[in-house]
Amino acid sequence: MPEARATQLNQLIRDRERDILAEWIALQTSSVVSRRDLISESERGQQSLEFLAALRLALAESDRFDPTMPAWGSVRDLLSHVSESRARQGFSPSETATFVFSLKQPLFNVLQSAISDSGVLAREAWTMTTVLDQLGLFTTEVYQKSRESVILRQQQEMLELSTPVVTLWNGVLALPLIGTLDSARTAVVMENLLQRIVESGASIAILDITGVPTVDTLVAQHLLKTVAAARLMGADCIISGIRPQIAQTIVHLGVDLNSVTTKATLADAFAVALRRAGLGIAKVAA
Amino acid sequence: MERIPILKMGDCLLVSIQVDMHDRLAMQLQDDLTTRIAETAARGVLIDISALEMVDSFIGRMLGNIAAMSRVLDAQTVVVGMRPAVAITLVELGMSLPGVRTALNIEKGMELLAASMGAPGGAGVNGSAVD
Amino acid sequence: MVLLSTDQLPLERDDHIVIVRQTVRQRAVALGFSLVDQTKIVTAASELARNTIQHGGGGSALVESVNDGARRGLRLTFEDCGPGIPDIALAMKDGYTTAGGLGLGLSGAKRLSNEFSIASVIGQGTRVVITRWK
Repeated sequence: MPEARATQLNQLIRDRERDILAEWIALQTSSVVSRRDLISESERGQQSLEFLAALRLALAESDRFDPTMPAWGSVRDLLSHVSESRARQGFSPSETATFVFSLKQPLFNVLQSAISDSGVLAREAWTMTTVLDQLGLFTTEVYQKSRESVILRQQQEMLELSTPVVTLWNGVLALPLIGTLDSARTAVVMENLLQRIVESGASIAILDITGVPTVDTLVAQHLLKTVAAARLMGADCIISGIRPQIAQTIVHLGVDLNSVTTKATLADAFAVALRRAGLGIAKVAA
Repeated sequence: MERIPILKMGDCLLVSIQVDMHDRLAMQLQDDLTTRIAETAARGVLIDISALEMVDSFIGRMLGNIAAMSRVLDAQTVVVGMRPAVAITLVELGMSLPGVRTALNIEKGMELLAASMGAPGGAGVNGSAVD
Repeated sequence: MVLLSTDQLPLERDDHIVIVRQTVRQRAVALGFSLVDQTKIVTAASELARNTIQHGGGGSALVESVNDGARRGLRLTFEDCGPGIPDIALAMKDGYTTAGGLGLGLSGAKRLSNEFSIASVIGQGTRVVITRWK
């Protein structure tokens, strides 16, 4: 646990800033994980300069070298910014953490040359290494979280792209569902469908599950939820694309589809929809 | 205390809920509607909830009750205008309002009412006999 | 966990339920929740607020906007000093009701939230905490 005590670190950093910066940047660019293809030298230089300055200030202001404390807020913000941009640029987590860890050597060199008392040197070196370790780990955590949010966003976009709603005729919508129907997908399907019902004034929606590989109790529940939500808005649903195996599974599972009309094919469902809408298809006299 | 206004249009009653109702107001509406249906021998009730940003189990139950009570009084009820977010939430909550007929908006609701009111069993009856 | 805002609201009369709904809605909007997520947490709040009044004999609601470092969310705490719930598992079953309601309050609120916890002591009271993350 970091204790409250004075440190010479911040003064040393101020006095030897130029040297530390130069050595640090050199280490970063010469390391095997420097990834010069992904980041410009000026950007790297700028980030290093700002980080060193923020680190110095935090060391000066706080007597507790605990990077989770408020005094270290701007250091954390800076690291978050660096970490997030590195994540976007395509750096790996360790490549990103190297930004912090490679500062250890220059700082240790400076401490060694300035402090002769071995006891004091050991204490200062220990403080420095503990602080940078925590900051390095923090960098990795921020990196993880920002990658996760990128993945989440991409998943969302994929979901939205894969659930189109088609207008088959006035007042009749069709949803060809393709792929697994999990709760995240169902949520997107429901929102899209209901939105289209409002926009088009449709009163019938055909949910086609030809492209849904498996129908288990959960999938059935998701379908029934979608049907229920559409009905609350005045639209009836027809479920089509029920393969014989699916029909067997549904009966086997004891799923109650009594309130929903079901058809084997989209074409059959469309015919039912037209009948309900009081429409028919007639041959045009030659 | 404030009440939700009930309009009479022919032999239909029209209610448009515009406020975030507290429970007592909802119960009052239930009572008022039932009374008016009986008083006016209305054959249809249209409840417009397009302004409601939320329907919880209490309001859901109120709507179900109104539909059931009107049926006993030989009137059809249609609830119109439920918002998508509300429908999604209501289903997740576990309510599907089984005895309640629904339509997208007032226009479609009136069409639905007209169709169901014109059905046999209701033809030509407005309470009073011919002479 | 950082607290971005706190609202402590009484729950003694049924018009307090409306105030809780409106406060929760405002905070959800301020946090940038989607419309569906707003509606879900407002509805869950309405159910739990009503429970507090009808079953708990009245109590309070705490509405907190929070930030746990990675995401922002809305945490609601409903507390009463009522009789407590003897069998929580039973109370959480859909359709179980002791007040002529629909029995969907607790289970429904759980389904509408990302996190749900309930603690109850007979003769002392009940606390329900739900959270929705953005």
